[in-house]
Amino acid sequence: MAHNWGLGALVNLDHYGHYLNWHFISISVSNLVVMILMVATFVAALFLPFPGRRSRKESR
Amino acid sequence: MSTTEIDRQWTSRLRKRVVGKLPPDKMLPDTQPAYVASWIYVFGVTTMAALFVVIGTGCILALDGPQWWHSSAFGHFINSMHLWSVEIFFFAMVIHLWGKFAMAAWRGGRSLTWVTGAVTFLVSILTGFTGYVSQTNFDSQWIATQAKDGINSTGGGAFFNVLNLGQMLMWHIVLLPIGAVVLTALHVVMVRVKGVVPPFEDNASEVSA
Repeated sequence: MAHNWGLGALVNLDHYGHYLNWHFISISVSNLVVMILMVATFVAALFLPFPGRRSRKESR
Repeated sequence: MSTTEIDRQWTSRLRKRVVGKLPPDKMLPDTQPAYVASWIYVFGVTTMAALFVVIGTGCILALDGPQWWHSSAFGHFINSMHLWSVEIFFFAMVIHLWGKFAMAAWRGGRSLTWVTGAVTFLVSILTGFTGYVSQTNFDSQWIATQAKDGINSTGGGAFFNVLNLGQMLMWHIVLLPIGAVVLTALHVVMVRVKGVVPPFEDNASEVSA
């Protein structure tokens, strides 16, 4: 069984999904977390400095 | 055979055309423009790296089939690798899409690059969907029975039957991956031919120059 591998999921996933409901909108917590992570990664990619960028600009 | 005859051969003409459009130093360049040194440019290659893992793990899954990937520890592991590489694939591809949309990456005659990327995205969604209905478990049965009504309402169910496991598996492991890989290759070739889209201000100076 996969459970014997020792490297199980960091979060226990062996249960029914959690859902958030607001009027007609229904979204699973896992999907919402992925969406938030994607937006956060996108914003971080725009603003975090890229390694070696300064030295490349100076060498131009 | 005379030189003129050799020049008229389709192989000679094709080679000259390909090398003219995409010389080796452009196909595999040593450097990129300075503006490419940003994290927003890494998501395209992340998507491709994930695609390699998706295809590699998919090939391993194909070796032994569902009984193996459902019942053995190593099968579970490869199955999970296949799933999580797909998660990374879509995660990176959507951020790549957002970034390129914000850059209006179709500028400067790059419309075909944009279109091949967009179509690859749609083909990937279909590949992911056929993968979900090919799992051979209760999850895939649930997804297939939910999807059939939507697809039948379009009339597509006559040709694309989500309840037909054999058809879905063949689409998932043959037709759609071929489409995704060919489109990805075309997309990369287009990026090489036209170059990475410059930032707006650089493009403005490029146009005015």
